[in-house]
Order: sequence, then structure tokens, then C-alpha cells
Amino acid sequence: MLEVTGLRVAYGGIQAVRSITFHVNEGEMVALIGANGAGKTSTLKAIARVLDAAGGDVHFCGEKITRIAPHDVIRQGIALVPEGRGVFPRLTVAENLAMGAFVRNDAVDIEKDLKMVFGYFPRLKEREAQLAGTLSGGEQQMLAIGRALMSRPRMLLLDEPSMGLAPIMVQKIFEVIRAVAAQGMTILLIEQNAKLALETSQRGYVMESGEITLHGAAGDLLNDPKVRAAYLGE
Amino acid sequence: MDIFLQQIINGLVQGSIYALVALGYTMVYGIMGLINFAHGEVVMIGTLVAISVAGTLIKAGVPVALAGVNGLAAAVLVCMALGWGLERIAYRPLRNAPRLTPLITAIGMSIVLQNVAMIVWGRNYLTFPHLLPKVNFEFAGAHFTAIQVMIVGVSGLTMAGLVFLVYRTRLGMAMRATAQNPQVASLMGVNSNRVISAAFVIGSALGALAGVMVGTYYEIAHYQMGFMLGLKAFTAAVLGGIGNLAGAMAGGILLGIIEALGAGYIGDLTGGFFGSHYQDIFAFIVLIVVLMFKPSGLFGEKTGDRA
Repeated sequence: MLEVTGLRVAYGGIQAVRSITFHVNEGEMVALIGANGAGKTSTLKAIARVLDAAGGDVHFCGEKITRIAPHDVIRQGIALVPEGRGVFPRLTVAENLAMGAFVRNDAVDIEKDLKMVFGYFPRLKEREAQLAGTLSGGEQQMLAIGRALMSRPRMLLLDEPSMGLAPIMVQKIFEVIRAVAAQGMTILLIEQNAKLALETSQRGYVMESGEITLHGAAGDLLNDPKVRAAYLGE
Repeated sequence: MDIFLQQIINGLVQGSIYALVALGYTMVYGIMGLINFAHGEVVMIGTLVAISVAGTLIKAGVPVALAGVNGLAAAVLVCMALGWGLERIAYRPLRNAPRLTPLITAIGMSIVLQNVAMIVWGRNYLTFPHLLPKVNFEFAGAHFTAIQVMIVGVSGLTMAGLVFLVYRTRLGMAMRATAQNPQVASLMGVNSNRVISAAFVIGSALGALAGVMVGTYYEIAHYQMGFMLGLKAFTAAVLGGIGNLAGAMAGGILLGIIEALGAGYIGDLTGGFFGSHYQDIFAFIVLIVVLMFKPSGLFGEKTGDRA
């Protein structure tokens, strides 16, 4: 479904991503793990067109999306939940969710998806009229995921959904991510918490200094001595 | 006491005009962090276009009211196009330039527009046609005219319409989202270029309306009139907290009232040494005081070091 070939991302002269190639199949959850600064977020940003790729290509459902306008990515069916959540702080929870459905005009189905999001995250329903800036970090992450789902995407890109959250909140968020995946959603997940990411995904890629150094089934990576030593603290 | 009430009324009228112009500054600043110093000139062009169109129609025998409506419509349309064009030609190419660059460009555009207006309309003062009959009202010893009532009323309705647009429509939500986080708004499918254009176009339409009101009120116009008006409206926007809609409205009205009261009492307070023609100093005292003690303004949420 998503094909990334030879993707490069550079900031000025510095290569953050050096020609990486990977893919995500339809209905699959794939983890991209690696240390801080390995180039994971840059990869996601280049796919979502927040950053320009310095080279290489991104295809989605057979269509080349490497150079489309940033605001058209979501129209292709790709929704990014950005690092640090990126909720609109002075918009209410309800308005943030409405922004997720900005590109849609099927009011009836939007209402259905809103019910679905509130089903996943009852807390958001309780705080519907509150400004998003007043929510806790975990609630903001719920909102960011809920907002992405409101676009009824074909694929979700999740950038560090566990970052800065209490363990109990991480549990809750990942329960929902698993539930969404179980509905058949295609997901590309970036995580520093490699164990959690690999336990949740079917396949994984390991990134180091801008390159993919290892890939395979998530279970195999979990048992790989190199991965265990580098990312699982063993 | 009746001087006090009289000056409050005068200040409210002048303040409504400042508020409309201030909204143009604040909308653009809120979305892209740019102070569009050419906005005062957009207002001036609005006034002059209205003079030309309404004046020509009146000479051709068209009823005054109809000529006035046409003059206003022409001013609004020309200014909307002007605001859109300014952004496209002058500011969009500089979107990723250092912040000082578009600011200097804005001052440059202001000079260009003044000179274009001077070439088109000449260097002399122009008289604005009488669009409304001179009807006077009296309330508790204070006098006011139909024109003043119209200015306050139309400004109030227009501002209510703007609040509706920004807080109750899809475009308004996209504008607020873009102001808060342009990158994420773009991820949601918002075309930031369109939102920025909309801010310029709407701000310019409000400016045109203000320009026509100024013309109707003072019955005089000049190619340099946009400078002082723009500077005062900018002061009003800063007073309210630039980037904040409610702030621009409150700041405009407050500044109008401060100025009117200042002009009303300066003679008494200085024993006649300064007359009411010194009223312009009050706006700038306000600007200096706000920048020194509360640079985020009355409603401002945060202060940055943005130019």
C-alpha cells in the first residue's frame, strides 16, 4: 500500500535520512524503531509532505505522492498524528475533531465517525467543549489520534504516541491503536519504546543514523540479540 | 459633564472606524505574523474609489443613496482585489524570508500605493459627496448626527458578522487552526495560501468600509490620509493585543474614546497651552505606554520577540 524507495531527507547539508526503502502492506501495522535522531520522524514527515524529500519516491496505493501539495496528503487517505500531538490549543475538543474531518463533506458519516472516536475515547466526549490546550498530555494524544481518525484515513502514521505519557496512559492509547488496527487500518508506527512497538506490530524496521539496518517480523526482531542489546536494554 | 458625554460619543464613532481598520492588521498578523503596514493605504484607496464612483454617479443624476451604495460596493471590491494582489505579489514570495524582509516590503508597498493614489487622484484634498442627510439628535445635552449613528451601527453589525465568520464557519475554523499551528492545519487538508489570501481579502473589505465611513464623516479625503489612520489603527490593534479579534475591536473603541477625551480636555488641563489639534499625541502615548508596560496588549495571550 505504501512504498518508500530510496527516500532521502536533508536539512541543509546534513543527511537525516539516507536512501531508505521499505513498504507497508494493506491492513498491516509496521513499526519503525530506532534511537533518537535516527531519522524516524524525518521519514514520516517526508511521507506526509511536511518536509520535502531530497531524493527518492513515495508511492501510495500505486500513486506517486512524493511531490503533491502538503494539504492534499490527507485527501489521498494518509493521516499523520504528529510528534508532540499538535492539537490546536485554542480550539475546543469538538473543533479539533471537526478539523480532522475538514476535507470531508459527508455530514452523516462524519457524525458516525465522531461516535466511533468517542467510543474509543470516552474522555474526549466528556471534554468536548473544553479548549484542547487545557487537556492533559494523554488526553491530547487521544485527541490527536481521534482527529486523525475523523478524516476516515486509509492509513495512519503515528509519530511517538507514547512520548511523555504515564505508563497507564500509554496502555490506554495502545489499546485503542490495537483496536483500530483490528478494524483493518494500515498503520506505520514510530516509537522509541521499541518493545511496545514490536509487540504491537506485525513487522518492524530498525533505523540507525538515517539508514535501515535491520528488518523482519516483529517477533523475530524482539528476539534478535542486536535489537535486544541496542533497544530493549538487555 | 456634557463635554464628557459628547466626547464619549465622538470617541465611539472614531473608535468604530479604528476597530474596523485594526481588524485588518490583526487578522493578517494572527495568521502569518506580518504587520501589513500597507493596510492604511488600502483604506485610503477605498475612500478615493468611493469618491470617484459616487461622485461620478451623482453628477450623472443618479440618486444620492444609490450612488453611495455603488461607491461603497466599488470600494470594497477594489480593496479586496488590492489586498489579494498585495499578498500575492509582495508578501507570498517572501513567505520563508527573515521576518524583517516582509515588514520592510510592507512599508515599501505603502509608499508605492500612496504614490499611485497621488498620480490617479492628484495631490489636492478631495471632497466626499454628502451621502446622508444632516440630521441631528440630542441626548442628555450631547449632540450626534445620523452619520455617527450609521457608523457605529454598521461597524457593530460588520464586526458581529466577522465574529460569526471566524467562530461559526468552516473557513473561520480553518483560519483559527492555521493561526495556531499552520503545519498541522495543512496536515488536516487546509491550503494555507487560501487561508492567508482570505485574511487579506476580508481585512481589506473591512478597511474599504472604514474608508467610506471616514469619507462620509469628515467629507474630505487625500492620498496621504491612510498613513495616520493606519498608524492609529495599528496602535489600537497593539492596545488590544495584536492577533486577537476581540482585542482589535476593544482596542479600537478604547483608543477612539481616549483620543476624544484627550482632545476634549487637553485645553483645560494645560491652561490652553495645547489645543485639541494635539489630539494625535494621545494615540502615540497609548502605543508607547502599552509597548513599555504590557506589550502583549489587553487581550494578548503571549508576547514573542516577533518583529
